[in-house]
Amino acid sequence: MILAKNIYKSFSDVDVLQDINIEFETGKCNLIIGRSGAGKTVLLKILAGLIKATSGEVWYDEVKFSTLNKFQIREIRMQVGMLFQGSALFDSMSVEDNIRFPLDMFTNKTRKEKDSRVNYCLERVNLTGSNKKFPSEISGGMQKRVGIARSIVLKPKYLFCDEPNSGLDPKTSILIDKLIDSITEENKITTIINTHDMNSVMEIGDRINLLYLGKLSWSGNKDEVLESDNDTLKDFIFASPFLQRLRETALKG
Amino acid sequence: MIRGMLYHLGRYIMMMGNAFARPEKLSMYWRETVRQMYDIGIGSLIIVMLISIFIGAVAAVQFAYQLDGTLVPNYYIGYVVRDLTIIELAPTITCLVLAGKVGSNIAAEIGGMRQKEHIDAMEIMGVNTAGYLITPKVIAALFAIPLLVAVAAFLAVGGGYAASVPTGLVTHAEYVQGLRVFFEPYNVFMMFVKAFVFAFILTSVSAYQGYHVQGGAIELGKASTNAVVVSDILILLSDYIIAILLTS
Repeated sequence: MILAKNIYKSFSDVDVLQDINIEFETGKCNLIIGRSGAGKTVLLKILAGLIKATSGEVWYDEVKFSTLNKFQIREIRMQVGMLFQGSALFDSMSVEDNIRFPLDMFTNKTRKEKDSRVNYCLERVNLTGSNKKFPSEISGGMQKRVGIARSIVLKPKYLFCDEPNSGLDPKTSILIDKLIDSITEENKITTIINTHDMNSVMEIGDRINLLYLGKLSWSGNKDEVLESDNDTLKDFIFASPFLQRLRETALKG
Repeated sequence: MIRGMLYHLGRYIMMMGNAFARPEKLSMYWRETVRQMYDIGIGSLIIVMLISIFIGAVAAVQFAYQLDGTLVPNYYIGYVVRDLTIIELAPTITCLVLAGKVGSNIAAEIGGMRQKEHIDAMEIMGVNTAGYLITPKVIAALFAIPLLVAVAAFLAVGGGYAASVPTGLVTHAEYVQGLRVFFEPYNVFMMFVKAFVFAFILTSVSAYQGYHVQGGAIELGKASTNAVVVSDILILLSDYIIAILLTS
């Protein structure tokens, strides 16, 4: 479980986040959704410890993450995986070396054990045989999958995904969503996904948190989205006339 | 301006403090250090060789021109080229050139990693990014650059010979005599002190510029330029300070 308590964040005089209180549950895909500029990425980076909140607390289970020193933070981070919007794969390393990097840095496993773990992760994201390819030689969807493989190689307890579907076609997006969902369930990971992809919301939204102008506007699950009266949520989810008609049809039964 | 300088100084000291913290895994740092030694040392060899040969050649020709018609013996050409090279030209000019080649490269490499979120990705893994990205570069430079400077000093003396002996400005015997007279081993020590200090400055300052880059391609270009300009200024300033300290 990850808990955000009374999080405030300002850049200069601009309040980006105000009084955010969210509990992200273990073994579930917790979504942070909202329009561009709503503060999703800032919140995710605060939760991951890449940005400091102006005030407020972040808890990782029983540990108060926001007050740890940099050495204690590094200990916790070995239990954290993160998938970045642009995948953030190291260009000069092959797919295999990218996934192996955390193992090389933090474990004393033998070469054989590392190879076995890397191959398992590649198999898990359906990229068997891509070991020797470089990031520039694979598609955006494959890069995301390599990013997922790298983020789970150390068997994390917490997984952060920053817009995992951005720049991907709908089919590949669904594939990535399902992958994250199944990995979360299998390993009982606390997964936090920052997205504005509606397919993701309706497919894997175990817990959905809508940010609007830096504030938490709505929380619920995917089944409650259709019936919600929250205008901000309706505006955001059913933005196009087509989706509005679809919602009306669905509600009529 | 002073406030800005103090801000950068404080941030630089904090970054270097993190850079020299205990490594997560020594073997990974060692592997990276060896790679950097190759990049900095072998990668810069050709440019250093070219520049040092011409510096020696120009120094010899111009000193011969100044001696023409004077009572100063001709072997002084070899003597001046040797000491000028060892004390000043080899360490300073080599490191100014390396600030342009190696420094801008370090700033662009680390800055690019910052922009592509590679540094964030490493941070999330628990890697001490200042340590892993900066320390191997600094250590590699502290080994490779003094060696490059030594090569530059030898080649500059050779360049002086090639420019003055075959052209008849001075005989082989006179040039060699000049290389041998008044030799002061302390000057070689001074050359290596300068090389070490300049190597540290050009790598750490360039790394600082890249590590803290924010924004896009224009900011990355600026960081790369700043790496060269600030390194050059600090190299010249420290050259002066070392000269005062080691010759007083």
